[in-house]
Amino acid sequence: MADNPDQSESANQAIAPPSAIVSICARFENDPNRMLDILLDVQDQFRWISGETMEVVASQTGLSRVQVEGVASFYSFLSQSPKGRITIRLCDDIIDRFAGLAEITGLFERELGVKVGETSADGAFSLETTPCIGMCDQAPAAMINDVVVTKLTPARAREIVAALKRGEQPEDIAHGPKDDLSPYEQAIGMVENNIRLGGDVLLGSVPKEAGLKKAIATKPASIIDTVEAAGLRGCGGAGFSTGKKWRFAAAEPSERRIIICNADEGEPGTFKDRVLLTERPDLLVEGMTIAARATGAREGLIYLRGEYIYLRAHLEDVLAERRERALLGEKILGVDGFDFDIRIQIGAGAYICGEEGALISSCEGLPGEPKTRPPFPVNCGYLGFPTVVNNVETFCHAARIMDRGADWFFEMGCEGSHGTKLFSVSGDCRKPGVYELPYGLSLLELLELAGAEEAAAVQVGGPSGTMIDRANFHRKLGFDDLATGGAVIIFSGQRNILEIVEYYMSFFVHESCGYCTPCRVGNVFLQKAIGKFRKGLANPEDIDYMRDLSATIIETSRCGLGMTSPNPILTTLENFPLVYSAVTKPTSDRIRATFDIQSAIEDARKLAKRRSHIFDEDFTK
Amino acid sequence: MSDPDFTFTIDGKTIAGKPGQTIMEAADEAGVYIPRLCDHEGLRHQGGCRICTVKAEGRSVAACTQPAAAGVVVESETDHINKLRRDLVEMLFHEGNHLCPICEASGNCELQAMAYRLDMTAPTKFPFLEPCRELDASHPDIALDTNRCISCGRCIRASQDIDQKGIFGYVGRGIHRRVAVNGNNLAGTDADIADNAVSADVCPVGCIIRKGVGFATPIGEREFDQGMIGTDIEGKRRD
Repeated sequence: MADNPDQSESANQAIAPPSAIVSICARFENDPNRMLDILLDVQDQFRWISGETMEVVASQTGLSRVQVEGVASFYSFLSQSPKGRITIRLCDDIIDRFAGLAEITGLFERELGVKVGETSADGAFSLETTPCIGMCDQAPAAMINDVVVTKLTPARAREIVAALKRGEQPEDIAHGPKDDLSPYEQAIGMVENNIRLGGDVLLGSVPKEAGLKKAIATKPASIIDTVEAAGLRGCGGAGFSTGKKWRFAAAEPSERRIIICNADEGEPGTFKDRVLLTERPDLLVEGMTIAARATGAREGLIYLRGEYIYLRAHLEDVLAERRERALLGEKILGVDGFDFDIRIQIGAGAYICGEEGALISSCEGLPGEPKTRPPFPVNCGYLGFPTVVNNVETFCHAARIMDRGADWFFEMGCEGSHGTKLFSVSGDCRKPGVYELPYGLSLLELLELAGAEEAAAVQVGGPSGTMIDRANFHRKLGFDDLATGGAVIIFSGQRNILEIVEYYMSFFVHESCGYCTPCRVGNVFLQKAIGKFRKGLANPEDIDYMRDLSATIIETSRCGLGMTSPNPILTTLENFPLVYSAVTKPTSDRIRATFDIQSAIEDARKLAKRRSHIFDEDFTK
Repeated sequence: MSDPDFTFTIDGKTIAGKPGQTIMEAADEAGVYIPRLCDHEGLRHQGGCRICTVKAEGRSVAACTQPAAAGVVVESETDHINKLRRDLVEMLFHEGNHLCPICEASGNCELQAMAYRLDMTAPTKFPFLEPCRELDASHPDIALDTNRCISCGRCIRASQDIDQKGIFGYVGRGIHRRVAVNGNNLAGTDADIADNAVSADVCPVGCIIRKGVGFATPIGEREFDQGMIGTDIEGKRRD
């Protein structure tokens, strides 16, 4: 296979010998459910996944090649063409754009001699962009292979390229060349926590294992009662009662149950789980262990988004240490029959995997497509077993609730939204970072804390949430008013709302899994429609068109992505109508602006290799 | 597991349901047609095209995957729901290159037939995406034009579950998601003209083409020239 002429034509292409692929598969016991790990390893070692490689993986794992290709082609971090030894992924979030991404991009392109999307001829570098990597509080940011660099300036970017060209390791560039750093020190050496305000529950002082010790002193059923009585609701955004979820999973008759932590923090503008994973990993694992105790689960998974792979060693450290201290593994804290262990599943660049069913699909080695509901994961989840999927923050809260009691938690916050919440604040403010505050405070209070005097528009809950204007800043943060998984993205009056909306729509187009028609196709149409407004080609009736199309997408989509993807358009139409009407004034000659003759004839003009006598006004010039 | 049979209603009609049945399965048995494209008799349900969207107790669900339950009030043939369905059919038309006058599937095409059923008679408001994917004519008996594919996945399920072959599969994500073959091209697979997956019934559009028989049945005498899509199911109804 190594003699394949298709492969030998470029000396710089890493050719994966079948024997190496066979041993990668063997490391994962040829288990098709570990497909994502297998392909990530192949990508890591050989920098691409060729058709021949897919054949080998398929035969080792008992799948067909097209099934392997289905996975390889789904995730952004897997590639079917050769990538450089160093892949630089510039974070292309709207916050990064406003923080000077264009200049940084230009600089990388010039210094590396490649454009975004290209790989250098010597196979050394690939330059790409990627959606939000969870560093909005320190934008512009980028991934270099598995590490993260933040607060990029042109000078820093130049320095990075020079160091990479000298052959320095990305790790050393990201956190300084120190050998004796622990994984934790490495992580905080490259990414700042930016904890601006610690509250009583998560970011204040947290006694170790206090919740777990109380949990083993009580019956599993009463753990669930406590969590339910505390009023804890899922912190990922959907807000389902955590106690109920655990109760359903515990009630389903089954030999195996699974606890999964959703650490696929992909909603643009959200980064609070990054901070918890860095600073409170023990609390997270403690919460998962309590959930295992409550439901009778023996297996756990932490689904860590590929963008946070720099935290893997740190988390593995924590898990290993807990195993040593009998906090994981068999007979936890000496309790007979209390066995529970956790494996980390790394993602590979797919926002949709934050959706519960898609996350489970991804853990099973499949493309990250949501599952048909019902059955629900609590009844039939990972590999068909009852599965609890909770957000990082939710597990941390649960551990604290077990320690301090349901009443303590219930009394914080407001009706329907109890306890505290971590807010990821970014954008046009003086103090971006993480704030832990009780639910029920007004957005205005949070903006004051963050030093956002210039705020003119705030995206609460990320693109799938709500964009609100000043008149709504008094509204309360909580499930029943302004719901958010944590993101609070602040825009000053200098920012172009339509640019933000167009960016968010392109994000959803990029991240739709494509399973259902309305989300796959409808979002592309919405993106094109908003593009017309941006170009000044929209008619007043295009507003109705967008509303109408949005309604269809929301009503017919299969999962939460399509049910919320029109929100950037709908909420700005609602709260910033003048932004739209300003660019849809009827033209003076009453010609419909919609039809752009110049772009319509562009293809013909190229084919004919001449200009149009009729439509190119400057033809004679 | 001996849950009793039950009844529920679709647009006011009483429908008999058995435990484990989806709304669509029960409706089909009762002779009530719910429009669908990705669903096909004998294949697993997918719930991808969303044409079979109905309201169950006021909530939008896909009838092909939503379990029927006792007493549920289902709405299907309302103006609002048919408008949603028409939007979805239009999306599929605009996503691919569906030029009925030059397509050999015309008259047998379920997408075209669905457009007629849902009164998609005027030019539509959506932009055309005009994909330009390579035609795969490598196989002696079968050709594949994925520019006409509507991603229903019926061929994938038929090949996996009925033929036990797995010739087709989805690759890519989002708007780039498409049906691909298990190999470099169709000739490189063990696809056979006798496969269920490539039978005239399975591909609802003109994507999987059986060579040499395209116009064996002339236009005007084809399946949907005889009657509107869904009439076979509606013919079963007795009231």
